[in-house]
Amino acid sequence: MPVSSLEFLTFARLSNLDKSQTMSIKDRYIRNENMLSPEENLNLRNFKVVVVGCGGLGGHIIEMLARMGVGHITAIDGDVFEPHNLNRQLFCLPSNLGKPKSAEAKKRIEKVNPDITVTAKQTMLVAENAEELLAGHDLVCDALDNISTRKLVAKTAAKLNIPMVFGAIAGWYAQIGTIMPGNKLLDKIYPEGINKGAETKLGNPSFTPALAASLQVAETIKVLLGKKGVLKNRLLMVDTLEHHYEVIDFSEET
Amino acid sequence: MEIKVRLFATLRENWGKELILSQNNGVTPKEIIKQLNIPEADVAILLVNGRDGSLGQELTDKDVVSIFPPVGGG
Repeated sequence: MPVSSLEFLTFARLSNLDKSQTMSIKDRYIRNENMLSPEENLNLRNFKVVVVGCGGLGGHIIEMLARMGVGHITAIDGDVFEPHNLNRQLFCLPSNLGKPKSAEAKKRIEKVNPDITVTAKQTMLVAENAEELLAGHDLVCDALDNISTRKLVAKTAAKLNIPMVFGAIAGWYAQIGTIMPGNKLLDKIYPEGINKGAETKLGNPSFTPALAASLQVAETIKVLLGKKGVLKNRLLMVDTLEHHYEVIDFSEET
Repeated sequence: MEIKVRLFATLRENWGKELILSQNNGVTPKEIIKQLNIPEADVAILLVNGRDGSLGQELTDKDVVSIFPPVGGG
């Protein structure tokens, strides 16, 4: 086994877990083990990630972070589920229409992985509460559906010195990047004064949010664990219609 | 001189994916965008030869200009 019994027993003792919990945790993460070291696997439990938006991107991001074993997830969304969310939003079901997205995210993850903590914040992120909502986290995952709030999140994350993993979709297209504090990536890819992009014409299908979310989670895990290959101040542009994938460098020095 | 223009997403509706334009020396991306009737508000990302470019920079022969609209959904 890649994770030694000794390491797990030490971890279990430090976490005050009983024998059955220890075994279930070891089995739960066993398929994560070959791609991450034993230490990395265990470290994921210590991180706090805030996901801003629990819709198309956020649902998938929260689910994948939880299944990876990221220990603390804050799920922020002021909206309730509506019928037009059913085409793509993972936590949206005919049975929970009208229910708050953040609370439904928490309920879902309690079933998926009771080993981690989800804090639901049923509120919109605005200038007045942004700092309070993001403070204390190791990383911010942007899962928003508008540009102005995305810029506010980037500005606040920079002030708090927190890295931000950005993602956005429109129809067949997606963009993903990792913004280290101080980098102005969003100012370079969004003209001043716009709040929506090509998605108003091209729509929001099921597969581009799931794809973008997967890439965002890969970025999140790499940033948290200090691994190489992060899209640091770079933008991955995804075109699933033509299968064109391109990385553009927006580092300050270029 | 020849400038290659690559268009993405909604910007392909009128001009397709790629076109080669014959241009005068010193032409700028701003002038090309105007020739193609693309509103400047639809130009979110402008690349010249794969790097972050600017609307006012002078282009040279065989430059490749890539234009992307904003993508903001979730």
